[in-house]
Formats: sequence, structure tokens, C-alpha cells
Amino acid sequence: MMDITDFYDTFFEEAGELLTEMEQHLLELDVDAPDPEQLNAIFRAAHSIKGGAGTFGFEALQRTTHLLENLLDHARCGQLTLRRDLIDVFLETKDMLNDQLDAYRQSVEPDPEALEYICQVLRQLALEEIGEDVEGAAETTVAAKTGSEDAAIEAAKTPAQAETAVPADTGRYQVALLKVAEKDRRLLIEELAHLGSVENESGDENRYEVVLVSSLGIDDIEAVLCFVTEPDQLEIAPLAAVGPEEKTPNPVPDSVLKEPEKPGAARQEQSVTPPAARKPATKTAGGGESASIRVPVSKVDQIINLVGELVITQSMLDQVVEDSGSDRDSKLSSGLSLLSRTARDLQEAVMSVRMVPMDYVFSRFPRLVRDLAGKLGKEIELITEGKSTELDKGLTERIIDPLTHLVRNSLDHGIESPEQREAAGKSRTGNLLLSAQHQGGNILIEVSDDGGGLNREKILAKAAANGLSISESMSDEDVWQLIFAPGFSTAAEVSDVSGRGVGMDVVKRNIEAMGGHVEIDSRPGNGTTTRIVLPLTLAILDGMSVRVGSETFVLPVSGVIESLQPRSEDLYPMAGEDLLLKVRDDYLPLLSVHAALDVIGAVTDPTEAIAVIVHGQGRRYALLVDELIGQQQVVVKNLETNYRKVPGISAATILGDGSVSLILDIADLHRLHQSKKTEGAFHSIPQSSHPSTLESGHTNSTRSATAQPAQRTVSNVEGVNA
Amino acid sequence: MSYVGVAEKTSTALARDREFLVFSLGEEEYAIDILKVQEIRGYDNVTRIANAPDFIKGVSNLRGVIVPIVDLRIKFRLSDAVYDDQTVVIVVNIAERVVGIVVDRVSDVMTLSDEQIKPAPEFGVSLPLDYISGLGNLEHRMLVLVDIEKLLTSREMALVAEAGE
Repeated sequence: MMDITDFYDTFFEEAGELLTEMEQHLLELDVDAPDPEQLNAIFRAAHSIKGGAGTFGFEALQRTTHLLENLLDHARCGQLTLRRDLIDVFLETKDMLNDQLDAYRQSVEPDPEALEYICQVLRQLALEEIGEDVEGAAETTVAAKTGSEDAAIEAAKTPAQAETAVPADTGRYQVALLKVAEKDRRLLIEELAHLGSVENESGDENRYEVVLVSSLGIDDIEAVLCFVTEPDQLEIAPLAAVGPEEKTPNPVPDSVLKEPEKPGAARQEQSVTPPAARKPATKTAGGGESASIRVPVSKVDQIINLVGELVITQSMLDQVVEDSGSDRDSKLSSGLSLLSRTARDLQEAVMSVRMVPMDYVFSRFPRLVRDLAGKLGKEIELITEGKSTELDKGLTERIIDPLTHLVRNSLDHGIESPEQREAAGKSRTGNLLLSAQHQGGNILIEVSDDGGGLNREKILAKAAANGLSISESMSDEDVWQLIFAPGFSTAAEVSDVSGRGVGMDVVKRNIEAMGGHVEIDSRPGNGTTTRIVLPLTLAILDGMSVRVGSETFVLPVSGVIESLQPRSEDLYPMAGEDLLLKVRDDYLPLLSVHAALDVIGAVTDPTEAIAVIVHGQGRRYALLVDELIGQQQVVVKNLETNYRKVPGISAATILGDGSVSLILDIADLHRLHQSKKTEGAFHSIPQSSHPSTLESGHTNSTRSATAQPAQRTVSNVEGVNA
Repeated sequence: MSYVGVAEKTSTALARDREFLVFSLGEEEYAIDILKVQEIRGYDNVTRIANAPDFIKGVSNLRGVIVPIVDLRIKFRLSDAVYDDQTVVIVVNIAERVVGIVVDRVSDVMTLSDEQIKPAPEFGVSLPLDYISGLGNLEHRMLVLVDIEKLLTSREMALVAEAGE
């Protein structure tokens, strides 16, 4: 027995895609000269969703799509003249459909008030524009459908009763299943039984004919089945109606759909094969499936994990062969080098599975820009570039919020009103450019507008008021960075000045959390460009391995600026224990990794160690480490999966020898360092109280008492900063 | 590294009988529900985590999964924690997490009936009563039955971040 719920996910995904497609077409549609192909596409999307919603018993969704579909159909036939405000209604309906879909996805009924509201709006629209009450029709459909479903259940029990239970306005169809295997055929027939009653069935593998009595139209039957079969496996033709011919002279259920006057409908319902207009829609649904599969991200992650292990094992074997000193040209070593190449190719191929085009992100902006521009009374043209640039799926989800924020800011505060633009000698329409491109191992995303640009004086004034350290001689770049300061423009005055500071600290933090950084370029009167540089994936990081004592840590290369060996004349003590390192004209706080992370046996004299200049959360530090080991790509592993957040550490990775190495969190390391300083008593505890596990055979029995308070202190500080 | 293929056996065991993995910490014998045990391996390649309690030895790589390693000997202050070739890590699956626990020795797998399980006495300093599900009574042996899930997810183990942190 087929469980209809097995197909829920497919339906949700496909309906979601159809809605996205619908929105795209609605936005692109030229209201003065609508492209019939686009109108058809919009109609088909609504229609397919309606069909699916009917099968799965999602009534609210079915009712809304039915109303929308009717309106769209009239638009398609030219009986409804499109206007901008009508498109607005359609877009609103699409949003509502999305909400309903979400509700069903979470197994709850959609908001009845919202449903009533949107139905009312659509109904009103139909009355005003075409003088027809579509709502009544919808009710009939729903009622008739429910009726026929009951009938189907009845029919399953006693075929004799079914005849009498069939509702008056039904049609008879001959449904032919072509080249459908026995097993699938049974499922399809069961599915058909949900739509009406199956009267007669006969045939073989190649052509199996079923006579179906149903209140639905051909389109609906087809739309329902297209979720479970390929379009070319199905032929539906109307037959003469049973019994109730006297009541409904027309064999097709026009009275239900209330579209008797529509020539298009008549053509569709009478033709034997699906009309050409429907083909592309069914193609995308069916054809897309054969070319790609949907896989849960967790499965892909598991494969990535295993491939990572494979690569490590392979390099371990390499090491063994090298150590054994066997002949370089031996079959073993040539086999190993082949394995190495394949393993790396495999790793690359698997990683690419997680990649999705930026279109996924960009496609939501036309709507946002349209709505916001309308609200703000601005004229804006949105241009997107590099839609096909690929980026890790995990990153696309997380970049949406920061990008939305930047786009909003550009529209709200960057681009001027048409009048202001004209006065400034620019075109009335402002341009907003969203672009994505690959740049080395990174992806570069730009949000660029040709608006008024940032106002240097006002930002400086505001920064001064906020107590930030500024000077008149600061470079423009440094001034623009000021708007990323936390709480920079939460004060009301700034929103009418530049306003770009609203929540910009959050944008910056989010992007830095993804291992990226943000730059701003702005010219007064000529607009602003915000540049986001992100790693291509969250799963792989360009890492710099550093040694501290006998431990190895990994630093994200994106945070590393340079490294140098401090000279004693460049070291300046400050406030007792603090040390500053002079690098060219800057004084950077010196932060020793061994002190922050209690590593024993590390180099303590800064002039003997290496200072790695890093930046994190807008500040620069000099990290003291013993040695730079090298740069390599590492697979990022979450520590919190099985453990907890560790102060100063962002994640972990596995090195070539199979051991775990921790990835340093630069900004957090600084916080940890500070908190240890304030906890003076703890700081003075000799390092030996934290024995290294790397020393096998080391005994320690009663240290928990000293370690516990430290843990708590760190946690508290973290809580404050979070 | 070796696997204990005992998880399957349980399904055939009588409903009243439960199987436990018995291990020793110093001279004492403890037991945990075998269904929580994923595998048993040697103590190797543990990376220290700074500022963690001393009984958390660090994290280790378990076929690509980063697993925290807890030394119960230090936690219970029972014996000298010696790490050598014989040191055993029991990898357990609790609350959708994987954690390794270091013990001195794994001895065997025991099936205990309800009659053999006595309530724990009303005391306990290093191991609070909350984490003891009972005492296993076997002729000349006494097994302390540890509720490993409760113990490892407890606040004092600091393995799981507390809410609001």
C-alpha cells in the first residue's frame, strides 16, 4: 500500500520551487505588454500546486491556488488587463501560499484568518475586474472533491454503492498508462481511486486502460499524477458521462470550474494528449528529477568526512613507505601516488556536491528591492552579476541576512529620491548592483550603489560623540570602518545622516564568523560599494599551523596579515604586564598563545618567539607562537557536536598524522587573554598545574579543585561578551 | 583498538535481565549499561584542551569525529591515572553525543537480573548518589552500576554547555 505521505517532501520542495519561479516571472512581467509565455508559466505554476494540494488534502492551499489560477487564466486569455497593483496582489498571494506551504510542512493548519483575507482579496478582484465570483466556484470544487473522495472510499468497499454515491457533476475519463510496470501501476491506480472511482481496468504492460469517474478536469488529474509519474506515460481522454448526462449535458466538469466560455479550456479538456502549453511545466518537474537527486546535507557531510579520513590514511601510508626506505620506483609507491591523486580528486568532487549557485541568494532580492523601492518612493534598477558563481550551501544560508541588510541600507540611505538625483545631475533611476565572483580561493560579493555615498564629516562627528578614537587625518578607509563599531548608529540622529551604521556591526560579525571580511569603498556623491570576501566553503579552511610548546594549533589564514620576529627595541611595556609591539607605525598588543591556553614548555621570551600579526573583529594583535609550521587546507570539525564551546577555540581539525588540532579563534583568544589578566590570582598559578596530556604516563590525581573555578570564570566572561 | 560485539546479544536477553559492561577503576569495579557503549579502544593521540577541568583529558579523533575524552579515575579520585599501552577508552553514546571515558581495565560483560541489583547506600562523596543506579551483587564481587548518561550530561562534568552560556 502506498503511503501518500511519502510524497509530501517531494511536493513541498517542488511547490516551493514553483512558487519561486512564479515570483520571478511576476517580477519580470511587463504589465503593458505581458509575454504570453510568462503568463502561461505563472498559470502553470499555480495550477500544478493546486493539483498537488488537492491530492494531499491541503485544502487552504488548494482553495487559494484555485482562486489565483482563475484570475491568472483570465489574464492569460486577455480578459483581465494587468496592472502594477494587480501584480502586487499576485505577489502577496504568492507569499501567502508560501506561508501555507510552510504550515503544512510543519504539519499544522495554515492561519484561517490569512486564508479568509487572501480569498476575500482575490474574490473582490475577480468581481471588480471580470465581474465573476470565483469564490463560489472554489467552494463547489472543494465540496465536490470531498464528496468524490468519500465516494472513492465507498467504492473501494462496495462497488455497487459507488455508482449512486458519485456526485452529479462528474466526468468519465479513459486514463491510459503507457509502459508502466505492474508494481507502479497498482500505485497509480490507487492514486486514481483517490480522485474518483475506478470503474474498469484492463490492458497490459504497454498500455493499461482505466476508466475513471471523477469530478475533476483532465488538467487536475494530470497535475496530480505528475508528482508520481512521467508525463509521457499518461494519456487521458474524456468518455461519455455516466448516468447524470441529463443533468450536465457537457461531459467535462465545466460547471465546477466555471470556465465554459473559455475556448482554451475546451481545447485542453477535449484533446487526447496533453496540450503543448502544458508540456514545459511537466518537463521541468519530471526531467529535473532524472538529471539530479535531492540528498540530505547530512549524508553529504558524512561522505566528506569519510573522504577526509581516506586522505589522512593515504598520507599516513605515504609516510610509512617513505620511512621504510623502499625503492622509489617500486610498484607500492607508484600505487600510492595514484591513490593519492584519486583521493584528492575524490575530495574535490565531493566538496563540489555542497556547492550551489549564488542565484539561490540573489533570486530573493528583486522582490525585496521592488517592495522597498515602492515604499520609499524611489526608482531603482537592480542588476545582478555572477549568478552562477558557486558557493557552499551552508554559506548561502548565512550570507542572506547580511546581504539583505546591506541592500536595505543602500536603498534606504544610499540611493537618493528621484528628485534629489535629478537635482544632482544624475538619472532618476538609481542603480543597485549585486555581484559575485571567484577570487582565488575566495568568493567576492559586492553590493554597489550609485547613491550619495557616505558622509565623512558626519561619521567622524558621530564617532567622536560615541567616544571612539578618531583623528582628522584618518584615511577614508579607516573612517568607513568606523560604521562597523558596535552601536555606532543606534542613536536616532544618524539614520537621517547616513544611517549605514544600523546594525552594521552585526553584519560584520556575521561575516567574520564565516571566516570572511568586509570592506567599504565610498565616494561622496558617487555611491558606495561594500565588498564581502568569503571563503568558498565552511568545511575547508586555509590554515596556518603554528607550534606552541609541544602543541600544534591552526590559525585561519584569512586572519593572518604577516609574521615577524620581535626585536627587543620594538617592545614597549604598558600598565605592568602588558606588552605592545611596534610594527612600523602601529603599536599592537602582544598576546601570547601559551599564556592564554596554558601551554607548558613554550618560548616565553618574545624576542625568541614569532609574532603573527592577525586581525579579528576590527582590531589587530600580535600573537606570540614558537614556530610557524606551514600552510595547508584543513577540514573544519565542529567541537560542539560532542563537546562544548571552548574559549579561544573556534573549531578543530584532524592533521595528517590523525591527531586533532584546535583552530584558534583570534577575537575570542583576545577576550580570553583579557579575562585571565583580570583574574590575577589565576594568572599567577604556575603552568605546571595544567599538565599536558601529551606527556604519557603523567600522573595527576587531585587537581579538579583548582581547575574548576577557572572554567567558571571564563564562562562568565564569555556570557557577558556574548 | 577492538570492538565489543555485544550489543546484538541484548535483544535476545530476557526482558528482566540487563547487560552491563564491567570495568575497573583502581581496585573498584564499576558497570555501565552495555547499550550505551559504542566501542572500546586504546588511549592514544589526545589533544589537550586549555582551561578545561583536569578530568577532561582533551579531544581525540574517532574516524573523523572529534570526541572528548574524560578520565573517570581523576573524576572519582580513585587511583593514579597512568596512561600506558593497557589504558582503555570506552566510547559511549549518550544524549546524541559520543564521549570517550578512560578506565583502568575492562573486565567482562555481565547479565544481571533484577534480584541481583540492590539500591545504592545513602552516601557517596566523590560519586553522588544521583549517578548510581544501584549495586550489582555477585557472590564475591560488588559492581557499582553507574548511570553514565546522567553522569556525563551533568553540570559538574562540564561536557555539555549550560543553557544561557
